[in-house]
Amino acid sequence: MAEPNPQSVGIVEPQTLHVAETMPLDCGKTIDRFDLVYETYGTLNADRSNAVLVCHALSGNHHAAGYRSEDDEKPGWWDKCIGPGKMIDTDHFFVVSPANLGGYNGSTGPGSLHPETGRHYGPDFPVLTCSDWVRSQNILREALGIEQWAAVIGGSLGGMQVMQWSIDYPDRIAHAIVIAAAPKLSAQNIAFNEIARQAIITDPEFHDGRYYEHGVVPRRGLMLARMLGHITYLSDDAMRAKFGRDLREGRINYGFDVEFQVESYLRYQGASFVDRFDANTYLLMTKALDYFDPAHETGGSLAKAFAPATARFMVVSFTSDWRFAPERSREIVDALVDAGKQVSYAEVTSDLGHDDFLLTMPHYVHTLRTYLHRVACERDT
Amino acid sequence: MSVPAAPTRAELRPELALISDWIAPETRVLDLGCGDGTLLAHLHAARNVAGYGLEIDADNVIACVAAGVNVLQMDLDDGLSQFESKSFDYVVMSSALQEVMRPDLLIGEMLRIGRESIVTFPNFGHWRPRASLGLRGLMPVSRTLPNRWYDTPNIHLCTVRDFEALCRDKQVEIVRRHVVNHAHQSNVMMRTFPNLLGEIALYQLRGHDTD
Repeated sequence: MAEPNPQSVGIVEPQTLHVAETMPLDCGKTIDRFDLVYETYGTLNADRSNAVLVCHALSGNHHAAGYRSEDDEKPGWWDKCIGPGKMIDTDHFFVVSPANLGGYNGSTGPGSLHPETGRHYGPDFPVLTCSDWVRSQNILREALGIEQWAAVIGGSLGGMQVMQWSIDYPDRIAHAIVIAAAPKLSAQNIAFNEIARQAIITDPEFHDGRYYEHGVVPRRGLMLARMLGHITYLSDDAMRAKFGRDLREGRINYGFDVEFQVESYLRYQGASFVDRFDANTYLLMTKALDYFDPAHETGGSLAKAFAPATARFMVVSFTSDWRFAPERSREIVDALVDAGKQVSYAEVTSDLGHDDFLLTMPHYVHTLRTYLHRVACERDT
Repeated sequence: MSVPAAPTRAELRPELALISDWIAPETRVLDLGCGDGTLLAHLHAARNVAGYGLEIDADNVIACVAAGVNVLQMDLDDGLSQFESKSFDYVVMSSALQEVMRPDLLIGEMLRIGRESIVTFPNFGHWRPRASLGLRGLMPVSRTLPNRWYDTPNIHLCTVRDFEALCRDKQVEIVRRHVVNHAHQSNVMMRTFPNLLGEIALYQLRGHDTD
């Protein structure tokens, strides 16, 4: 761990909830006995009214803030925004950050052993939806004895889970904070996901998803999937500013090795991802993204889909995000206004792209900190 | 920690206090260019009015969030087509008419979305701007029009007569008119010669298609 930092939640220990019940899934299957791994930051107050649930995105996990050990150099994926005095202020809130079912190195997923067969789930792990995740997170809520989340907050795929919470468990969520999300994927979004999946599935070392038993991982496929994804997380301007056409050796070599800095960056991002992520999980996460469409249940009307919701909504988008552009957030906002729900919307001027939600632009942080401060005040009043 | 109290009528900017008097309790209001959300916060607390504010400035959006006002960060010049017809009881626009690209189209949209609309603007027909331009030959700078010609956001200034001519052309019914001076007071003279003596004009409007 770097310098002791008063703004860090410090060293955190993941916890595990062993769920013994059978949970039905949208695909028609069930999952019997599973683990939900989660971290918590801050302190649950006496009346258990200050709990905030953080929903993670495609490549996230339960380790959202703080450090795993004294020697850990990298904090959790949303450490910039969670901690004492930060946007999600752990001096006021008890933050719960679970790893989604189907994930890697956390909650039960394709890389876990099936309790009956003793084999890795692999391709037998059921395909999950945002509703399934929310259902499992609700089991965690009950286990923690939390009547209602003060807020559920998430970016990207996490924002979709927030919307699902507001629809599926309206009385369990007081505030819904939806960041850089979309009400459903566009054909272009699905197309990118499909290329990522094909890269993984056609890797000779994929072995129909049973690569664990062969002692290999489909490195090339997963790396390509991540490289492709990474392009969609950054804006054209951000890539230009960061790399331009800079050459690694200062000259072109008329070959296919890494020449441009951007190539080097993408290869690094792809290669390091392989070491910390599972290919089957990547497939599952992209499918959950593709399937998300709450309006599908209500004849295409998103306003009708939101009809059960009682939460107050705060929707945030970033101007340079082209993966889930501001127009997509405005679709959410328009539906909420049509449905007569309480909603605020901030469109943050940004440069980086989709990944801006992980960072700390002053207007973004100030807006959400102010919103959450109000949440804390309302609770105390 | 506790929630800051909503402003009382006495704490409102005079123009907003006058507008608030025209809004019935238990109604739905859309406030275009809602600033820091004072009007909506007051209407919610005092009259149980539900509403949304549209605002382009990020710091104002944060002020609205702090006040617990529903605020949507949007540019009025992008249009209001996302709002359903007759989905609000009132659409309010206070001192923003002169800043938008097409005031005529925006008023049309306000009348489509709201059962009634409330519009206020600085009256360029007041004797002071007239005197500045007519006698001194200078673009007016005053308390109600504090900007100079080169840095003003006011791109479509109009007079009371101009505005009423537009209403006639578009068959807009003027339900109420109120003109005040910069201190937001009115008198018989102002009511008799609104275009010459009114500094700020307030209108309550209704579209001709309203049932």
